[in-house]
Amino acid sequence: MPIQTLPTGQVAWQRRTMPARLARWFGWLLGVLLVVQSWQVMNADTIWEFVYDAPAQAGDLLVRMWPPRWSVLDQLWRPLWDTLNMATLGTALGVVLGVPVAFLAARTTTPSATILRPIALLVIVASRSINSLIWALLLVTVMGPGVLAGIIAIALRSIGFIGKLLYEALEETDANQVEAITATGASAAQRIAFGFIPQIMPTFAGISVYRWDINIRESTVLGLVGAGGIGLQLNASVSRLAWPEVTVMFAAILCTVAVSEWVSARVRAAII
Amino acid sequence: MLRIRGLSKTYRGGDRALDGVDLDVPRGQLMALIGPSGAGKSTLIRCVNRLVEPSAGEIVVDGAPVTGLSSGGLRAARRRMGMIFQEYALVERLTVMENVLSGRLGYVGFWASWLRRFPQADVDEAFRLIERAGLGGMQDKRADELSGGQRQRVGICRALIQDPALLLVDEPTASLDPKTSRQIMRLLVELCEERQLAAIVNIHDVVLAQMFVQRIVGLRAGRIVFDGPPDALTTETLTEIYGEEDWAASSAPEDDDEDDAAAARAAALRLAETAR
Repeated sequence: MPIQTLPTGQVAWQRRTMPARLARWFGWLLGVLLVVQSWQVMNADTIWEFVYDAPAQAGDLLVRMWPPRWSVLDQLWRPLWDTLNMATLGTALGVVLGVPVAFLAARTTTPSATILRPIALLVIVASRSINSLIWALLLVTVMGPGVLAGIIAIALRSIGFIGKLLYEALEETDANQVEAITATGASAAQRIAFGFIPQIMPTFAGISVYRWDINIRESTVLGLVGAGGIGLQLNASVSRLAWPEVTVMFAAILCTVAVSEWVSARVRAAII
Repeated sequence: MLRIRGLSKTYRGGDRALDGVDLDVPRGQLMALIGPSGAGKSTLIRCVNRLVEPSAGEIVVDGAPVTGLSSGGLRAARRRMGMIFQEYALVERLTVMENVLSGRLGYVGFWASWLRRFPQADVDEAFRLIERAGLGGMQDKRADELSGGQRQRVGICRALIQDPALLLVDEPTASLDPKTSRQIMRLLVELCEERQLAAIVNIHDVVLAQMFVQRIVGLRAGRIVFDGPPDALTTETLTEIYGEEDWAASSAPEDDDEDDAAAARAAALRLAETAR
């Protein structure tokens, strides 16, 4: 009750009630305690001598990375191409599997709110809670190293991303447009085709391109666990302490990501 | 054409929106449904095509019962009822043509509609209606590019291409300016006459309703409290429908109160002069 009548008869208004203010005060107190506690945990496992040394070490590493060994570029085109394919095919597979999951998960379109919707939400949470690097690790163990493991790892991670964002878009659609389509005597499938799909089309395109963009970045590291692509090469060079090669790979990855960001920005602008 | 008997609707939470409504609308009649916000006007017309499920009562359209139909039967029944909305409810990202053709969804199969392969007869009819509504040449424009009046015309075309026996019209002019409102009402009147359609029009603007319709039904708190020709709507009946208010002052301040309905019409005519 932020509004209260004072004994003088004046009506006072405050933003929060007394208990609400106390609760907030304790919330802040807990936050401060957490920071202090975390600081102690961090200090416990840190060897500060190494940290004082860090700038010198970093400088040393940079010196060893320079000049770049550009000749290694000839061996990089193929893994780079693999990386791009992995990201693109993985995204495509993720879209194909994620879109139906989104329609099952959205309250507005699900055919069964009691059975199918929880299952779809579980699929989304499961996919999202595991990083694609971990998916790749599991898949390489199960089906051996290679690009295919990377594609499937990326797809499995993308299902949750696309499913979640798309089902939220489906729940935010304008109900009037759907009502009008229902009133014409449209079937359930036609309601989705005419009432929902036109409304979510820009969001869908945006989500897919954005995920593709993320997947290119993620697929560059999947090679570290044996799932193919440029990460494999990177891992090999780091193991051999061939730092000048690593520099070239960083540059190649940077260029690829920059190009993919440019492409996705253009596509999104064209659609919306 | 439309027969409603004992229609009641109680929403979850106990709000009683309709309470034993009996109503008959014959073929070719344009009927206005007036009443304060929350009186149940929207619920009433949404019960007719069961966008809202009635709690009790019977609805018969063109001799066929609508209540108690299976989902397939309901689809077939809805094809015969065109609906027009306050905020137009066009699919914003589809073109005028697609929006109009969506009125045929009840008649064509899924794949034909998904691939936009509507029968040529439907396409011909769509062209004819778009032309008739004064939107010739706009077939390829997207709905979100149109003005309010144009959108409502598209909405009317979408309802008419269903080849309906009954039109359910929910506040068709509430989002439009006075002149466009009159044009839309005139178009509705002409179309209902041409096609001998029965129509229920929910409307807030009593003066506008009096100018165009043959019959007015007043709804208050889910019950019909007035049913008669526009001329019979007096200060007393308006008070009964809406509650106490100085009706003469709002419609025609300088007229003496002997004939409110006539005064209201005179006010509307003056409004029309200034609008032109």
